[in-house]
Amino acid sequence: MPPGADEPSPAIQLDGVTVRYHVAREVVASLKEYAIRKLAGRIEHDEFVGLRGIDLVIQPGERVGVVGANGAGKSTLLRLIARVRRPTEGRVVVRGRVAPLLELGLGFHAELTGRENVILQGTLLGLSRREVVAKMPSIAAFAEIEAFLDAPIRTYSTGMAARLAFAVATDVDPDVLLVDEALAVGDERFRARCHDRMNHFRERGKTFLLVSHALTEVAETCQRAVWIADGRVMRDGPAKDVCREYKEWSRGGGPAPS
Amino acid sequence: MRMIRTREGARRERALESGGFMGRETLELRDHYDSAVRSGRPLAEAKELWRFRHLVRELVARDLTVRYKRSVLGVGWTLLGPLLQMAALTVALSALMKSQIVNYPVYFLAGSLFWTFFSQATGHTAGLATDALELSKRVYLPRSAFVAASIGVALVNLLLSLVPLLLIALATGRPPGLTWLFLPVAIVIGTAFTAGVGLVVFTLACRFVDVRDTYLVILQPWFFLTPILYPREIVPERFQGIVRYNPMTYLVEVFRAPIYDGWLPGWKTLLFSVFAAIASLAVGWWFYASRIDDYASRS
Repeated sequence: MPPGADEPSPAIQLDGVTVRYHVAREVVASLKEYAIRKLAGRIEHDEFVGLRGIDLVIQPGERVGVVGANGAGKSTLLRLIARVRRPTEGRVVVRGRVAPLLELGLGFHAELTGRENVILQGTLLGLSRREVVAKMPSIAAFAEIEAFLDAPIRTYSTGMAARLAFAVATDVDPDVLLVDEALAVGDERFRARCHDRMNHFRERGKTFLLVSHALTEVAETCQRAVWIADGRVMRDGPAKDVCREYKEWSRGGGPAPS
Repeated sequence: MRMIRTREGARRERALESGGFMGRETLELRDHYDSAVRSGRPLAEAKELWRFRHLVRELVARDLTVRYKRSVLGVGWTLLGPLLQMAALTVALSALMKSQIVNYPVYFLAGSLFWTFFSQATGHTAGLATDALELSKRVYLPRSAFVAASIGVALVNLLLSLVPLLLIALATGRPPGLTWLFLPVAIVIGTAFTAGVGLVVFTLACRFVDVRDTYLVILQPWFFLTPILYPREIVPERFQGIVRYNPMTYLVEVFRAPIYDGWLPGWKTLLFSVFAAIASLAVGWWFYASRIDDYASRS
């Protein structure tokens, strides 16, 4: 049992969540073309199921890793919790401020400077401009980009942008931090500092969700892991065990255990 | 390196001791997300917009900075633009309109400022759709924030361009009177109408790439079918219906009457414009709320 399981309100709760995507067979990007096809009755969709009836409860303070093959639904799961996508069926409940690190950077604007981006990102996460400006020195220091704060983001290296994104997302004091592979970017030293910060989070009872293909990282950082395959939860348990099982299964290439 | 970490740690500890960061309780309340509570209701979205007001402000500031600080003439451009336009049109059309309109510059400029506000605010939402899609893939935000930001930018421009209008009104012997105090009401009505159209354009632009161009094709004839360049009376009898059923006729009139005529708009005009504003907002909201999730998740 994860710690704090007897608490009445979990940080994240998914009840029978199914996500279906409608993918148009042909890309009809133009309004005129769409109108013509609609009149001719020629719009066809394929249905693609991202998640099939997922139930998941995560308590405050848990560090959970999500593993699985490409296309298994890991990122869809994170998007649901980040509120970027709505469930087709079922219910998602998230308590507390969520800081999502989906893809690289949490939506940086290439032409704006680092400073302007930090302000935009901070307000996206619900802070006022003044609050972000007050945090600017500590964000820049953690990301180690003080000298480049007023240069456009497009001049940043991948590592710099990732460090800045991580610094902003963790400095707004979120209750739930969602990370999609982002920790893999950056050198050893930065990763060590990320782990420091994660530990701080844990001590303060914050929830952390990591989607990664780096199984050792998941086993090290998280106490619990969820293995997702074909939109379903395959295994849910101690990170080390789930990672080992998943590794064995991927090596063997055999059918997933049911 | 070590020093930075220590400072960082100390800051964190201080935050810990003081029981965290801002009012915890209020945070918990407002940061509770339950997908079962549909966000399709206007009140819920309005609350979300309020929560994200700092973002809207930031988006408006970003737009204005790009427009003003980074252009050669800066704010002067906004003031100069209407002046030049007015001068050119006065030269071209004053003689033509002399018998119908006494002070053509003020007549035209008043109507044209409102039209510019409307077309700018609604057209710009299409441009912001790309940004909105990109951002909302990575982090949650109420997408109507972009419509609000677009209107915000156009409102600032409208207020700024009231300055050259004021100057011209003074110079041409039509000094502003007490009726100018009615302008805020006219702007509120116009903004509500604009918001409705903006929501539709924005929602469509989240799905289709050619919305901006298509919309411009609609805007241009709409401009010429609205009595801005000419008085309503000169439209031939058999085409009066077009002007009569064009909501923009009333919205422009409500804005122009206090400036040009120096009296308040008639109650009929006012009633029609308020009705148009409410209808536009209702339709726009319905269109946005029922489609945006679907459209935005396609990309």
